Amino acid sequence: MRGESVFPQLEQLLPLVSKPIQYVGGELGATVKEWDSATVRWALMYPDAYEVGLPNQGVQILYEVLNEREGVLAERTYAVWPDLEKLMRANGVPQFTVDSHRAVGDFDLLGVSFATELGYTNLLTALDLAGIALMARERGDDDPIVVAGGHAAFNPEPIADFIDAAVLGDGEEAVLEITDIVAAFRKEGSPGGREELLLRLARTESVYVPRFYDVDYLPDGRIQRVVPNRAGVPFRVHKRTTMDLDAWPYPKKPLVPLAETVHERYAVEIFRGCTRGCRFCQAGMITRPVRERSITTVGEMVKQGLEFSGFQEVGLLSLSSADHSEIGDICKGLADQYDGTNVSLSLPSTRVDAFNIDLAQELSRNGRRTGLTFAPEGGSERIRRVINKMVSEEDLIRTVVTAYTNGWRQVKLYFMCGLPTETDDDVLQIARLAHEVIKSGREATGSREVRCTVSIGGFVPKPHTPFQWAPMERPEVIDARLKLLKQAINADRSLGKAIGLRYHDGEPSLIEGLLARGDRRVGAVILEVWRQGGRFDGWSEHFSYRRWVDACAATGVDLDWYTTREREEAEVLPWDHLDSGLDKEWLWKDWQDALTEYEQDDCRWTPCFDCGVCPSMDTHIQIGPTGRKLLPLTVVST
Amino acid sequence: MSKRQPPGGQAPVVQRVRIRYAKRGPLRFTSHRDFARALERAIHRANLPIAYSQGFTPHPKISFSSAAPTGVASEAEYLELGLRVAMEPEKLREALDAALSPGLDVVEVVETNTTDSLAERLTASHWRIELPGVSPDALNAAVKAFLERTEILVERLTKQGRRTFDTRAAVVNLAPAAGPTGLTGSPCAILDLVVRQVTPSVRPDDVLSGLRVAADLEPTAPARVTRLAQGTLTPQGEIVDPLALDRPR
Repeated sequence: MRGESVFPQLEQLLPLVSKPIQYVGGELGATVKEWDSATVRWALMYPDAYEVGLPNQGVQILYEVLNEREGVLAERTYAVWPDLEKLMRANGVPQFTVDSHRAVGDFDLLGVSFATELGYTNLLTALDLAGIALMARERGDDDPIVVAGGHAAFNPEPIADFIDAAVLGDGEEAVLEITDIVAAFRKEGSPGGREELLLRLARTESVYVPRFYDVDYLPDGRIQRVVPNRAGVPFRVHKRTTMDLDAWPYPKKPLVPLAETVHERYAVEIFRGCTRGCRFCQAGMITRPVRERSITTVGEMVKQGLEFSGFQEVGLLSLSSADHSEIGDICKGLADQYDGTNVSLSLPSTRVDAFNIDLAQELSRNGRRTGLTFAPEGGSERIRRVINKMVSEEDLIRTVVTAYTNGWRQVKLYFMCGLPTETDDDVLQIARLAHEVIKSGREATGSREVRCTVSIGGFVPKPHTPFQWAPMERPEVIDARLKLLKQAINADRSLGKAIGLRYHDGEPSLIEGLLARGDRRVGAVILEVWRQGGRFDGWSEHFSYRRWVDACAATGVDLDWYTTREREEAEVLPWDHLDSGLDKEWLWKDWQDALTEYEQDDCRWTPCFDCGVCPSMDTHIQIGPTGRKLLPLTVVST
Repeated sequence: MSKRQPPGGQAPVVQRVRIRYAKRGPLRFTSHRDFARALERAIHRANLPIAYSQGFTPHPKISFSSAAPTGVASEAEYLELGLRVAMEPEKLREALDAALSPGLDVVEVVETNTTDSLAERLTASHWRIELPGVSPDALNAAVKAFLERTEILVERLTKQGRRTFDTRAAVVNLAPAAGPTGLTGSPCAILDLVVRQVTPSVRPDDVLSGLRVAADLEPTAPARVTRLAQGTLTPQGEIVDPLALDRPR
């Protein structure tokens, strides 16, 4: 029977696997509805382990938005670890939802949120365990419609064969619109079957259905063109933008798990979008324009979220939280409200400037001051001009020293390696900077206790950014640079002792690069890697570079051509028919500006520079100040 | 660098309460760490006046006694809370139970003024073990073989590595129990087990290992275990309710 619980079978397997609680559900905030009470049923998946997937904001928001609707049911499913996967296969237990342990194959839709491309192999595991054909074309009328979302959906071409549809941009209105279309279609008796339903979705112009587009290639392998193969299917599919975040104050009922997860806090987005213009940052490019949530809504959400969940930590999330027009009042207001309680507040993703220290100080009034993170991203002033991260060395050192003198002992500095035009020297400047930071810190505090951690991530060029044309650096060059950096940091033993260096090798980044800028031909590689046992590619202990290289060879895909090759202006990119609102000409101009080290300011404070998003998406910047303040609360006195 | 002092002024403990709770159904897969986190959040949600320790990272005053292993259900787990404002025990029970997920159930709350620790009173446990696919005859024979031995060495992976220890001496009582079917409804044999609290602790799965060693007893699916009671073992082999001394008479 459809919608029946598979828990009795699953329960027999749970004593045999690690951390069984992650498969049990029963979270606070979870909704369980009768199967027959709904006409449209969604399974929502985050394609990683429960401990990573559960806190995901996107899934939590859609889960709540859908379940608030009468006649609609949404349940969650996550990637199962290989120990359980093996047992499920041996015992015929299908991919299940954690809410009611229903088979994923029984649902009308399977929505999968891809924050990163490295979740693609986990999608295949879930489809296979669910008994859903891996190839979208082989699915029948009773199979779920598989819809991809999340940032990676801005180029879903590598998984085009495996998904039925993709949605670009904000999901809360899109899922309701899709739900309405499915409901109407079912009510009419599903005329024309799966194909017709997909056509109706495609005709909205905001749902991408890959099968309705043909890709032609040039003899040299580049794309010639991508064209619709059905009447009424648009040439370009547009992203969704939710305006007025105050009208969408989700999550109201945050999920509180029994299992331990990566974030144990109530998270509230204080704004979406970012126009700082960092050229490597896909999130900042595809989520424009900036839309702030007002100080009063933020205060209201924090109050309700904490009361509901019992969490002791609040995260104020956004792409650059200190940029909220009323961030000072928000931080002070919340710190006042929760003064004397054991609630702690955190502000991830902050810029390098002294103002942030004031904020952090406010937020840690009663707490410990163990660590602060700053992200200069590039080691030299030159490379920071290339990536448009406008931080001067003087500012950086002053900021860090201010942190030290205000009681922080540990500061983390985040950089990238492998950036376009980067030389050994740009990376070696990181060592000099770290030395300066420790030297100045010791002088200012008169103490030798100050420490800094240099954390390095590999740069991956992403679609819809000015660096979408850029060549990636080869892993062996990255690894050699990092080795030089390590030597340079430790060249001065006294300073080197106070500096920690954390980095990953270059190989996983290269594969992420393949998947990020790949086209439909890369799908064969993903399938082959999965067949050879590829799972959880975002986890270093599960990732195998060898497996990906071998799969490229087996499927005739040239890894270098997709990654280390620089693209020309005229080249048709695999995602050109997917409209993020950014004008391709503007992106090219910004890429040229990067090469000439020309900086671009933020349109919140300077005139519009015509990136194209607002006019093409019919959106506009929504920022304060509102002038309102957070009123003192009678706070729960725990 | 300025040395920051921890904020002082955490209110003192004015009342101590002891709590018996149960871990039932699917939530028996909750590990002890998971339960500890869930409890702390439930305390905040229920707005209980929990007392905190002093220092930079104040910890709520909660002390746990030995927890049933992950995957084992229990009707008798115990913990103690320190409160900064006195509360009527039954009110506290209701509030805390409502704030915890169904399946993590607060059974009883009593105020205590005694000075001995709860752990000292928990010297033995009574377990019920369901063994799928085991016939009553096979079970009877295995129990007999087990009880005839004076020592049965078994192995278990502990935090200190693989350890070998005796599983026989700590067993106070082992007997097939009445009841034709288990909780899942399918036929299975049921064991009644009383084990003394020793170090290293002998757990139900160790006794099952012992039955395997002594009589090749092998259930067809994982055993389903429930702790029915915990308390002080009398010389007569009975278990005394650990909250009996605290309960108002």
